[in-house]
Amino acid sequence: MMAVETKEILTTAQLSELVDMIKKFHGFDFSEYTKASFKRRVDRIMMLKKLGFYDLKHLLINDTDFFQVFLEEITVNVTEMFRDPSFYKAVNSQVVPYLSTYQHIKIWCAGCSSGEEVYSLAILLKENGLSAKSFIYGTDVNTEVLKDARRGIYSLRKIKSYAENYLFTGLPGSLTDHFTIMYDAAAIHNELKQNTLFSVHNLISDTGFNEFQMISCRNVFIYFETELQHRILDLFYNSLCPLGYLCLGSKETIRSDAFKKKFKVVNQKENIYQKVGS
Amino acid sequence: MALDRNLITRWQESKVLLLGGSAGSFKLLYRFVKLLPATLNKTVIIIIHRKKNFFSEIEKLFAENSRMSLREISDKDPIDGNTVYIAPANYHALIEKEGHFGLDVSEPVWYSKPSIDVTFESAAEAYKENCTAILLSGANQDGAEGLLKLRQAGALTIAQHPDDAEMDEMPKAAIKIDAAQYILHTAEIFELLQNTT
Repeated sequence: MMAVETKEILTTAQLSELVDMIKKFHGFDFSEYTKASFKRRVDRIMMLKKLGFYDLKHLLINDTDFFQVFLEEITVNVTEMFRDPSFYKAVNSQVVPYLSTYQHIKIWCAGCSSGEEVYSLAILLKENGLSAKSFIYGTDVNTEVLKDARRGIYSLRKIKSYAENYLFTGLPGSLTDHFTIMYDAAAIHNELKQNTLFSVHNLISDTGFNEFQMISCRNVFIYFETELQHRILDLFYNSLCPLGYLCLGSKETIRSDAFKKKFKVVNQKENIYQKVGS
Repeated sequence: MALDRNLITRWQESKVLLLGGSAGSFKLLYRFVKLLPATLNKTVIIIIHRKKNFFSEIEKLFAENSRMSLREISDKDPIDGNTVYIAPANYHALIEKEGHFGLDVSEPVWYSKPSIDVTFESAAEAYKENCTAILLSGANQDGAEGLLKLRQAGALTIAQHPDDAEMDEMPKAAIKIDAAQYILHTAEIFELLQNTT
């Protein structure tokens, strides 16, 4: 016998109705999020909260706190310290030597989630003796995850997996050198938090806010359609100093010919680019 | 051994072949890839569980032995009608209706990323009856739910016979919820895949 499917399946029309409604009531534009992934997140929230389509719409319109919950669940906040160890290896050998020539190093980590990548970069800079002249800005659309990022406290279970990533980077130290471990959690050392700032920024609607030597935006583009990716690439281009570095996720390649002229490939496999041209 | 005529026709009409496997499926997938003709004219999508940070040479090994062009999925890759794609480690692979892949780093499903369920479910929506999916050996339940969604969408769904699977939990989980339209022995799967037009 076939198992009975009880879960409500959203149609494409319902999904676009939802997107329009959210834009109208909350000013938040999901229309250029990749459809399959966005739909999976909405299906997931409906299942977790046991909501039908009309309940979901009702809550989004009438319950002012619900949108924040919705936003937290829709945006993917899975991150790791030293995710893709070969990327950090490449940054260490191909980018850091150039960064070290600047008087001040400003880095923007866009879509930083709970801060793991910001602290990974902070550790990398510290191990290169560059902490004193560096500053890392971490931004995300999700205010809740930014609170976790500011706290810089991670469960030991996570730290164990991050330490394994660190090991694969081939960096000389040990991840736990940078943490104070208490009971079942680990807190990043204050000296590493000092030169960081976490704030809300929406890549879809907000403008640039500084000039950076490096921008890291990894595994964010996978959720955006191509046209939107291009508008954000423009924002990044305008936010980088001449010859500044752009780091995308290891499966996020710049394909457009126009942008290939603006960003020179530094490392093909890790998708590390350098701003060139005017 | 004679295969069901309907089974062969459904396979030949499929535009997409989905292969999902975990522990104990690697050698089998390798042999499938080696077997597929250069002119298969189907999109082949392979989801095999693997650990991040271990740079297994799966793509390289498979590509060297495949007569079809073969590549690891990258974000927004257009889906070609005669290519073998492998889901990358530490990402879920989704199929967008416009005909390209999307990747996702969200939570593992059944402790797995890539998850077979995630790709199968999105294929069920994108391809409906136009695909054949085969679930192979594995030591967890990933893939069963996705295979059911595919069956409900009209796809041809097949589970490897548990007696033939090195790890039988995965095909058994699919059979238990009646997700597999056909339960085939390994030799029958080989025979089926060779029945190309």
